[in-house]
Amino acid sequence: MIRIEKRISNSQNLKSLAKFFSFVIGILISLFFLKFLGIGLIDLIKNIYYDAFGSIYSFTELLIKMVPLLICSIGVSFAFKMKLWNIGSEGQLYIGALASSLIAIYIPLNSHYLMIFLMFLAAFIAGGLWSGLAGFLKVKLNVNEIIVTLLMNYIAILIVDYLVYGPLKDPEGFNFPYSKKFTDIAKLSTFGDTRLHTGIVLAIFLLILYYILMEKSVWGYEVRVIGSNPNAARYAGININKNILIIMILSGGVSALAGFTEVSGVLHRLQHSISPGYGYTAIIIAWLSNQNSIGILFSSLFMALIFLAGDTLQLNYQIPISMVNAFQGILLFTLLTGDFFINHKITMKRRKNA
Amino acid sequence: MLKKILFLMVFLFTFNLLYAKDLNVGFVYVGPVGDGGWTYAHDLGRQEMAKLPFVKKTQYIESVPEGADATRVITNLAQKGYNLIFTTSFGYMDPTIEVAKKFKNVVFMHCSGYKTADNVGNYFGRMYQARYLSGIIAGSMTKSNIIGYVAAHPIPEVIRGINAFTLGVRSVNPKAVVKVVWTNTWFDPATERNAADSLLDVGADLLTMHQDTPATLQAAEKRGKFVIGYNSDMRKYAPNGFLTAPVWNWGVLYKEIATQVSNGTWKPSSIWWGLDKGIIDLAPLSPKIPSEIVKKVELEKRDIISGKNKIFVGPLKDNSGKIVVPARKVMSDQELLSMNFFVEGVQGTIKK
Repeated sequence: MIRIEKRISNSQNLKSLAKFFSFVIGILISLFFLKFLGIGLIDLIKNIYYDAFGSIYSFTELLIKMVPLLICSIGVSFAFKMKLWNIGSEGQLYIGALASSLIAIYIPLNSHYLMIFLMFLAAFIAGGLWSGLAGFLKVKLNVNEIIVTLLMNYIAILIVDYLVYGPLKDPEGFNFPYSKKFTDIAKLSTFGDTRLHTGIVLAIFLLILYYILMEKSVWGYEVRVIGSNPNAARYAGININKNILIIMILSGGVSALAGFTEVSGVLHRLQHSISPGYGYTAIIIAWLSNQNSIGILFSSLFMALIFLAGDTLQLNYQIPISMVNAFQGILLFTLLTGDFFINHKITMKRRKNA
Repeated sequence: MLKKILFLMVFLFTFNLLYAKDLNVGFVYVGPVGDGGWTYAHDLGRQEMAKLPFVKKTQYIESVPEGADATRVITNLAQKGYNLIFTTSFGYMDPTIEVAKKFKNVVFMHCSGYKTADNVGNYFGRMYQARYLSGIIAGSMTKSNIIGYVAAHPIPEVIRGINAFTLGVRSVNPKAVVKVVWTNTWFDPATERNAADSLLDVGADLLTMHQDTPATLQAAEKRGKFVIGYNSDMRKYAPNGFLTAPVWNWGVLYKEIATQVSNGTWKPSSIWWGLDKGIIDLAPLSPKIPSEIVKKVELEKRDIISGKNKIFVGPLKDNSGKIVVPARKVMSDQELLSMNFFVEGVQGTIKK
C-alpha cells in the first residue's frame, strides 16, 4: 500500500536545495523540448539573458512586469501567512485600478503629489473594503473565504467592464471601451527615457513593510500562530476574528495598489482587461516563496522573466505561444512537485495478512 | 521628345527597382495564428506579402495582451530592425502611437483604430458591406425568423456589423429578428460556444458571429442548424450547416502597403477599403442556397461596389422605434466609425 505522509521535520537548507533542483529539472525538461525543435541551447540562453538584462531598457521592462506581480504577491502573502486563502487578488487589483481612475478622472487637482496620494489612498481603501467584505462574511457567518474572494474577482472585472463600456467611456474615443486618458498630474513619473515608473519604489517599500510586519513584529508572530494552530492562538488569548478582518483588509488593500500602479504608471487610463492575470500568478508566487519576503522578490522577478522569455522565444525562434505556455507550465509543475516532496514523503507499506 | 520621356521612364523604373528598400516586416497578433479566424486571416495576408521580392523577412508575435505588454512587444520588434510593423487589434492603438514616437524610421500600421502620426497609418475594411450580403442570405434561409448573433464587445465595429447584417436580413424578410448575445471576449471558444447554444435554445435556427474562433459554427453544426462564419472560410468547422462567411483578404492590403513603403511613396493615412478592392468578400456560397438568392446577392454586391447601395441610408430607426437617420441621408464615415445604436430588428442592448 502506498501512503502519503507529512514530513515532520526537515532542514531549511535541504528545502532550498530541493527547490533549486526541481527548478533545474524543469529547465532541463524544457530545454530537451527546445532541443527537439532544433534550437541551440547556448544561443537561446544568450538571447533570453540579453532580452532581460542586456540593456538598461530591457532590464527596466523586466522590472515593469515585476511591479504588479510583486505587489499582488505581497498582498496575497499577508493572508496566506495566516492560512487565509485570499484568491481574490485579481479582482482587488481591478477595484484598486477603478478607484484610482475615478479620482484621476473626476477630481480636478493641480498638485501632482496630492493627486497621486489620493489615488493611492483610494485604491487601498477600496481594495481593503472589497476584500474586507470576504473577511466580514467569514467572521460573522463563517463563509469560506476562498469561494467569496474567487467569485468577487468576476464581479470586480464585470464592474470595471460595465463602467468602461458605459459611463466612463471617453466621449472622444469613438465609443471604444476606454476611459479618458489621465492628465500628466495623475501619471506616476518615470525614470529617464524608460517606461519604468515610481511604482517600483512603492513595491519595494511594501516588501520592506511586509518583512517588518510579518517576519519581525510580535503581531506577525500572532498571525502565524493563528495560521498554524487556531486553537493554541485562541488559548493564548489572541483575538482571531479581529485579526482575520485586519489581514483581509490589508491583503486586499495591498493587492489593489497593483491596480493603482498599473493605471497611473503604465496604462494611464482605465480599460477592459487591465491585467493578464497578475492576481492569479501572485498566488503561485506566494506559494513558491513560502511567503518569505526575499523569496517573494525573487519569485516575482523569476515570473516576470518567464513572461519576457516568452517574447524572446517567439521573436527569435517563432515558437508558437502554446509551446511558450507549455514551458511555463512545466517549470511551475516541477517546482510545485518539488514542494510537495519536500513536505511529504511516500512510504510503501506491506499490508499485514495480505 | 518621346524618346526622352521613354528613357526617363525606364530610368526611373530601374532606379526604383535598384533602390527599393528591403523590408523586415513584423506583426503583432492579438490571438494565436491557429485561431482559425481573425489572426489566422491576418497571417494568411502576411504569408502572401512575404512572397514579394523586397520583403526579406517577416515575423509575428501572437497572443499579445492589449495593455501594458503591447508597448514592450512593439518596441522589441522596432529595436530588432523591423522597419514595417503591423499591429492588428484595436487595443494596440495607443501603444503603437507611443512606440512610433521613438522609432521615426519605422513605419507602423495599426488595424481598426483612428489615430495617425507621421509614421503611423491605420487600416481597416468595410466589413459591413459583406455583412449586409450575408444578412440577405440569412433572411432568406431562416424558417423560425429568429437569427442568433454571437458578438464579442459592444464597440462600433461589431455594432456596425450587426446593423448591416440586420438591414440585409430585413431587406428580404421584414419579420425576422436578430438576437444578440455579448460574450465580452474576442477569443474564448468555451464562452462563445455557450453563447451560441443559448441562442439556439431560444429558437434561433441560423447563427452568425463576430468572434475570433469558429466555436459558434461548431455549436450550430452539432444541432443541425445553418451558420454563417466570419474572418476566414470556415466551412471545415461546419461542413453541413455552413452557408458562407464574410472574409478578410488582408494580403491585398499588406502587399500594397509593403510596396509603398519599399519604394518610398507611403504616407500616413486612414485606409478603409471595401468590396471594390477585394479586401473583404463572401466565402464561396453553399450549394444549399437557392439559385435565386445567389443571384440576388450577386446583384446587391454589384450595387455596393458601384456605390449605388450605401447600406446605411435613412430612414433608419433604432430598435426602440425612434428615427435616428432621417430619410435619404447617408451616414458619414465618421458616424459609421462611432456607431452606437442598434437598428430596428435587433434584439439586444448596448450600454450607453
